[in-house]
Amino acid sequence: MSNEVVLSVKNLSVVFHTPDGDVAAVSNVSFDLHSGETLGIVGESGSGKSVTASSIMRLNNSITATTTGSILISGVDILTADESEVRRIRGSEVAMIFQDPLSALNPYYTVGKQIAEAYLVHHPQVSKTDARAVTLEMLKKVGIPNPEKRIDEFPHQFSGGMRQRIVIAIALINNPKVLIADEPTTALDVTVQAQILDLMKDLQAEFNMAIVLITHDLGVIAEAAKEVLVMYGGRVVEQSTVDALFSEPTHPYAWGLLGAVNSLSSSGRGALATIAGSPPSLIALPRGCSFNPRCTFASEICRSEVPVLRTVGTQGSVAACHLPDNEILTIGREVASR
Amino acid sequence: MFLFIVRRVFFAVVLLLAVSFFTYMLFAMLPSDPAALTCGKNCKPDVIAANRIRLGYDKSLMEQYWLFLKGIFAGRDYGTGAAAFSCGAPSLGYSFGQHECVTTLIAQTFPVTAYLSIGAFILWMFIGISTGAIAALNKGKWQDRAASIFTSIGVSLPTFYIGLLVLFSVVIWLRILPFPSYESPFDNFPVFLRTMILPWLVLAVLSAASYTRLTRNGMLEAMNEDFVRLGVAKGLTRRIILRRYVMRQALVPIVTIAGLDFAGLLGGAIITESVFSLPGMGKMSIRAVVESDLPVLVGTTMVAAVFIVLANVLVDIAYGYLDPRVRVK
Repeated sequence: MSNEVVLSVKNLSVVFHTPDGDVAAVSNVSFDLHSGETLGIVGESGSGKSVTASSIMRLNNSITATTTGSILISGVDILTADESEVRRIRGSEVAMIFQDPLSALNPYYTVGKQIAEAYLVHHPQVSKTDARAVTLEMLKKVGIPNPEKRIDEFPHQFSGGMRQRIVIAIALINNPKVLIADEPTTALDVTVQAQILDLMKDLQAEFNMAIVLITHDLGVIAEAAKEVLVMYGGRVVEQSTVDALFSEPTHPYAWGLLGAVNSLSSSGRGALATIAGSPPSLIALPRGCSFNPRCTFASEICRSEVPVLRTVGTQGSVAACHLPDNEILTIGREVASR
Repeated sequence: MFLFIVRRVFFAVVLLLAVSFFTYMLFAMLPSDPAALTCGKNCKPDVIAANRIRLGYDKSLMEQYWLFLKGIFAGRDYGTGAAAFSCGAPSLGYSFGQHECVTTLIAQTFPVTAYLSIGAFILWMFIGISTGAIAALNKGKWQDRAASIFTSIGVSLPTFYIGLLVLFSVVIWLRILPFPSYESPFDNFPVFLRTMILPWLVLAVLSAASYTRLTRNGMLEAMNEDFVRLGVAKGLTRRIILRRYVMRQALVPIVTIAGLDFAGLLGGAIITESVFSLPGMGKMSIRAVVESDLPVLVGTTMVAAVFIVLANVLVDIAYGYLDPRVRVK
C-alpha cells in the first residue's frame, strides 16, 4: 500500500459575512492526509470543524463566505478550480458522510436510485442495469440485509443506522480517495455507532482510502483515528497522534476535554467534569489566545498574543500554548494518568 | 390502496348528500313562495296554484328533497296531460326563471366555464411556477424583488378591479381587441380565442401570484435540506439537483393546492365571467341569485360541490404518489 498524500490543506481560512459582522469560522488550518489513514478533527460546536469539512468539498456558499488558502486533492486546488472540475472531484475523489442520516437522503427516490445516481454521474457510459448491479454489490458491502428487496425501498423504510449505511454506500460507490465523515455517528444509538465505525474501518482497509473524521466525541477518536486535530474557536490548538493525545496532551483545552472523559471512566460517580464557560462567539473572538477566558493557566501574554503552533514533547505533538514546554508536559501527563 | 380509495369515495358521497340537503333547504329559508316566482308580477292565482302542483311545491319539504334526489338518478316528470314535461336523468330540477331543465342549462354553460378554467389554469401554473423558480434562484436580487412586488399586487388586487381595468384599457381605450362576445371554439375559433385571451390572462396572472410565492418558498426551503447538500456532494449537476431534489420537493404542496383551486374554478368563475360577459356557470349563478331562481342555484352548487369533493379525493390519491412517505400500503 502506498502512503501518498491524498489531501493537503494549507492555511485554510473561512470567513462568513453576516449582517452582524464577519465571522472567522476557520483560521489558518493546515494538515496533510495520507491514503489509508484517518485524521480526527475534534472540538466543540462552533470550533470550525464542520466548516473545514465542507470547505474540502467546496460546499460553502461562495457569496456569504470567503475561503482562502489551498486544498490540494490529486494535484488540483479545490478552492481555485472551475466548477466542472470541482463537480468531477466531488463524489469521485472526495466523498462525504453527513451527521443526520434521517435528512441526508432524498425522500422522493428509492435508495437504489440514489446510490446508482451517484455512480452514474461519474460513469456516464455505464448502463442503468449495470449501475444497479454495482449498487446491489455496494449494498451488500455496507451490510444491508436482503439487498435485492431493499434496493427498491424508500429512505423512510430504513432505520437510522441503516440509512447511514446507505449514505456510506453513496459515498463509497465511486471508490474515493478521501472520505469526509462529519459526525457520522452523532445521531445514532450507541450500539449502532460502534457498528458504523467498524464498517467504516473495514471499508477503509478494503478501499485504502483516507478518512477525515469529524466528531466532538473523544471516544470515537480513540476508536477510529490515528492522528487528531483539536480545534478551538476556528483554530487548530493541538495536532498530535491519538496515542500522544491520550498519554501526553499538550493544550489546556485538550486537558479539559480529556478531564471530561476521564471523570466518567474512573469513578463513575460524582460530578461530570466540565470546562467552565462557553465556546467563544466567532464574531468577537477574545484577544490573544481564544481559549484564555476559560483557561485556568492563562496569564497576561495569553490575553494579548495569539500563540503559534510549536512542537512540544517527545511524541511530535504540535500545540498553540504560551505555557513553557516542561509545564505543559507535566500537567498533560498528569491529566492523562488521572 | 384500493381500500383507501373506497373509503375516501364513500365519505365523499356522504359529504355530497349533506351538501345537497343543506343546499336544498334554501327553499325553506326563502321568505317568498317559489311557486309565486314561476310567473311574473301579474300572475293569476290559479296559474300559481297549477304551477305549484306541477313543480311539486305543494308537497312537504322533505318529500320535495326526496324527489330532487330521486330525479338525479331517475330523471323527473312534471305535471300531467298536455302541460306535462320531463327532465331526464341526471335531473337537477327545473328552472322557473328560464323555463328549462337545470341540467340542460348547466350543460350549456359548463363548457364556457371549463374552457376558461383550463386555459387560465395552464397559464397560471406556467407563470406562477416559472416566476417563483426565477425568484428563488435569484434570491435577494432584482428578479426576486420584482416577483415579490408581483405577488403583493396579485394577491391584493381583486379580479373585478383588474378585470375592468384591463377591459377598459385594451378594448375601449387602446382598441387592440373588440368587445368580447363569446362563440364556441367549434363554431368560430378565432373569435373564441379573442374573447378568452383577456379573461385567461387576468385570472391567470392574479392566481399565479400565490403560486409564485409557494414555488419560491418551497424551493428555498428545499435548498436548505441536507439531502440537497448530499446531492451536491455527489457531484451532480445543478440542473439535476434542481429537478430531482429541489423542484421535486417544492411541487408536492403546489399540486395539492392547484387541484383544489382548479376544482373551485370549475364551479364557476363568477366575477371573471361577469366582467367579461362570458355565458358560463358563474354568470348563470349570479343571475339565479338575482332572480331567486332556486333550482338553478341548487344545481350549480351541487356541480361545484362535486368538483371540490372529487378534487379532494384525487389530491389525496395524488399525494400518495408524490410523497412516498404518505403512501398507503
